[in-house]
Amino acid sequence: MMLLALVAVLFLGGLAALISERWSPATPRWIALAALALEFVLVLLQYLLTTDQSSAWIADLKRPWIARFGIGFHLAMDGLSLALVMLTVVLGFMAVSCSWTEIKQRPGFFYFNLLMCLAGTVGVFLALDLFLFFFSWEVMIIPMYFLISIWGHEDRTAAAIKFVIFTQVSGLLMLLAIVMLALIYHGDTGVYSFDYFDLLGTRLDADTAFWLMLGFFVAFTVKLPSVPFHTWLPDAHTQAPTGGSVILAGVMLKTGAYGLLRFVIPLFPEAAHQFAPVAMALGAVSVLYAAMMAFAQSDLKRLIAYTSVSHMGFVLLGVFAWNLLALQGAVMTMLAHGISAAALFMIAGALQERLHTREMGNMGGFWTAMPRLSAVALFFAIASLGLPGLGNFLGEFLVLLGAFKVSMALTALAALVMILSPIYALFIIQKAFHGPLRQPYPIADFGYRDMAAMGLLVIASVWLGLHPHLVLSETEPSLQTLQSSAAMESTDEQ
Amino acid sequence: MNSSQLIAFLPVICIAAAAVVVMLTIAVRRHFTLTCLMAGLGLLVSLLALAMAGRQGPVQVTPLIRVDAYGRFVMALLLAAGLAVIAFCYDYFKNREGENEELLFLILAALLGASVLVTSCHFATFFIGLETLSVSLFVLVGYVLGQSGSLEAAVKYLVLSGVSSAFLLMGMALIYAQCGQLNFSGIEQYLASQELFNGMVLTGIVFIVAGVGFKLSLVPFHLWTPDVYEGAPAPVTAFIATVSKGAVFILLLRFFLSSGGYFYGPALTVFSVMAVASILVGNVLALLQNNVKRMLAYSSIAHMGYLLIAFIAGGRIAPNLVVESVTFYLVAYFMTTLGAFGVVSILSTPQAEAVALSFYHGLFWRRPGLAAIFTFMLLSLAGIPLTAGFIGKFYIFAAGADGRLWGLLLMLIIGSGLGLYYYLRLIVVMSMSQETGIDAGHEAAFGRVSSVILAVLTVLLVWFGIYPGYLMSLIQGLY
Repeated sequence: MMLLALVAVLFLGGLAALISERWSPATPRWIALAALALEFVLVLLQYLLTTDQSSAWIADLKRPWIARFGIGFHLAMDGLSLALVMLTVVLGFMAVSCSWTEIKQRPGFFYFNLLMCLAGTVGVFLALDLFLFFFSWEVMIIPMYFLISIWGHEDRTAAAIKFVIFTQVSGLLMLLAIVMLALIYHGDTGVYSFDYFDLLGTRLDADTAFWLMLGFFVAFTVKLPSVPFHTWLPDAHTQAPTGGSVILAGVMLKTGAYGLLRFVIPLFPEAAHQFAPVAMALGAVSVLYAAMMAFAQSDLKRLIAYTSVSHMGFVLLGVFAWNLLALQGAVMTMLAHGISAAALFMIAGALQERLHTREMGNMGGFWTAMPRLSAVALFFAIASLGLPGLGNFLGEFLVLLGAFKVSMALTALAALVMILSPIYALFIIQKAFHGPLRQPYPIADFGYRDMAAMGLLVIASVWLGLHPHLVLSETEPSLQTLQSSAAMESTDEQ
Repeated sequence: MNSSQLIAFLPVICIAAAAVVVMLTIAVRRHFTLTCLMAGLGLLVSLLALAMAGRQGPVQVTPLIRVDAYGRFVMALLLAAGLAVIAFCYDYFKNREGENEELLFLILAALLGASVLVTSCHFATFFIGLETLSVSLFVLVGYVLGQSGSLEAAVKYLVLSGVSSAFLLMGMALIYAQCGQLNFSGIEQYLASQELFNGMVLTGIVFIVAGVGFKLSLVPFHLWTPDVYEGAPAPVTAFIATVSKGAVFILLLRFFLSSGGYFYGPALTVFSVMAVASILVGNVLALLQNNVKRMLAYSSIAHMGYLLIAFIAGGRIAPNLVVESVTFYLVAYFMTTLGAFGVVSILSTPQAEAVALSFYHGLFWRRPGLAAIFTFMLLSLAGIPLTAGFIGKFYIFAAGADGRLWGLLLMLIIGSGLGLYYYLRLIVVMSMSQETGIDAGHEAAFGRVSSVILAVLTVLLVWFGIYPGYLMSLIQGLY
């Protein structure tokens, strides 16, 4: 029941926020905060109350839903989903915090959409029925669309529509693959089922498996995103309000990576194995191409958006290398990037709120004007370039280590980004924070609320880097289960 | 006619009686509210009669009509849609000048035709039902005499409908000439006894497809659709889009299932081409529209194309899945289309129909309830989860994938992608801040009856979107 509560709290919180706008414009944000706090407590309780360490699955909930097609309301949590749900909750706090003063218009509807989006994301991380998964997958898109198209910046309409069309069309390909998989299962056994565990062992001929795998793969790599499906991302991230960018970069991109991990490879191990060189190549190309594109941007948010694509390339590389090291690295990168990208977007949002511009050409000299903000920015710029001791470094290092065993050439290629990422990270610092101050008027530095939020992220980042043991050991059983269900690398490792 | 036949046929008799009563009421006293009440009451009585007959098995009423569970379900759907349309009409016409009472009679007559159509098992009732429906629609489309657009639409519909009826009759004649049979099961027996593929029958089927394609506004027989949708009063547009198309589609499905039309592969090829063309042309032209009614018209063309995919799959998969998919999709489509045109009709004033995008500027902040309803309807049209439209699309996917119609499903995906653009554009307009598009001049009155209907439709839409099990089990046993 706890799992149902995890989704329901956010859902009901969203409704409450929508209604509460009548009393005062300030209540929705408090309600959003309360809902997230409750969610946090629930996740923590779920973790602490788990006594059975033998199974990879911490919790499981299964109820019949649409009996006609054997569709169940099946939620389950393992270490991987636990970590990602935790990330979602933490970044939910961040999104509320950075929207605290930014959102003045219709706050009720804003927080409603924010919480709905988070509810959909939590649903994606927990759903183990493919229909329910697709359902949640779509449910998180529309609120994000509203966030971008109502509270976004100047080009919001086009960016929002582009975002929805990309994700929706690729999602329909996935739906087709899901339906086909269920029909094949029906042909084999005579009953309909969309349950993950039922479909896991479906026998497919190589051709069908390849096409079905491709349906899933496209949907997830659009969301991830990877070259060549990344073009929606810079627009959507740039135009979204800060809270929206935080959720998009921090959490939503991870749903794509999660889908690859949870569905693509376990469901179609052979096809995925054949496809792995292509996928890894796409990952390596994303890493490099996006890093170069990042350097070419003058818009701060756009720059950060491209760095996200670059980091997500590592995840793609790691997932398709499919050995434990690379997988752990991918998960680590997901978490660490969630934190650092969210923080960078919050900084960019804070700058935009103060200066009403995102152009780095108009910035400069903030180090003296806003020392606190600048210090935090430096920290996360360095985290993003992969300084040892922080989470991002660890994740990328593990990915490269794991991928090296599978493909030396691609790993070496991707490792070139170690040269490019310092360039763009330091480029931000130099352009925006060094040099002479251009603004004649005084600019407010980070206040207590901002510093508290940022402090939390800094601690999380350092903790992931210095003490990764907890996350690694917590996700290891589930990654091992995934791997054993699809032991595609068994021959390569010998 | 024995008692069970009478009970089975009672709903149709009730509608006919209601039409007569409404006519007499108008003769006694011209009062719009009263007439609406009488018409609504008549439909309720008829629905009650349907419920009474609900437990019966299939009953053959005369050689022309066969009432089975499926026909009853669809008839109930049509009558419910009729009720909603009457509610919209009430709010739309109550403050208008002129004699609007006959409108109700025409709606009842059209429903009578549609009801006969969905229970038809013979070419005679096929044609009579269709013509009763169409003739009522000519007048309904042109009912608002003052507007030239309305009149133009009516004439256009009249002429093209006449041509399509001629095609239909020609097709029937060809089939009759070959088979010597007019009822569907007789045709099936004849076709089953023939081993060779028959050119005359095929030509006949293709002619019938052309005639029906006109009613369903499938490309290339779609040219009337945007003009008629635009010219007709909004509630009448809702009626055409749902009752007329739904009844004809069900008849087409029944005809193909019971007369063995699925044996004819080339006919399915014709349908495939029409489906692809409808999806592409409908969606692409909808992209270009700035008029909400025209946009919905093109989108309905595309939706008929989607529906055809499930229909075409019938050549390869079990008939019950086809019937189930088509019916679920139609139910969702009915609710969504009624809802969308209901919003348009509520927003319309006697001076102007709410067709320009400027009517919808900032609707979210002026009338949040109405805007939320419209958003749900548009999302359902786009097939986004939490709405019945998504489950409908899921059914199409299931039927299409089962029939391995990859090309058509790819079209469905492309069409959905295109469709999102114009649905979302309308939602964006509604969510724009009020200051940019305020136009206080044409604020419509508050239509209470329509609002209730719209709220009910929205609740049902979300209910069937989240928990479709009940509706599915209802539909599953029909065929």
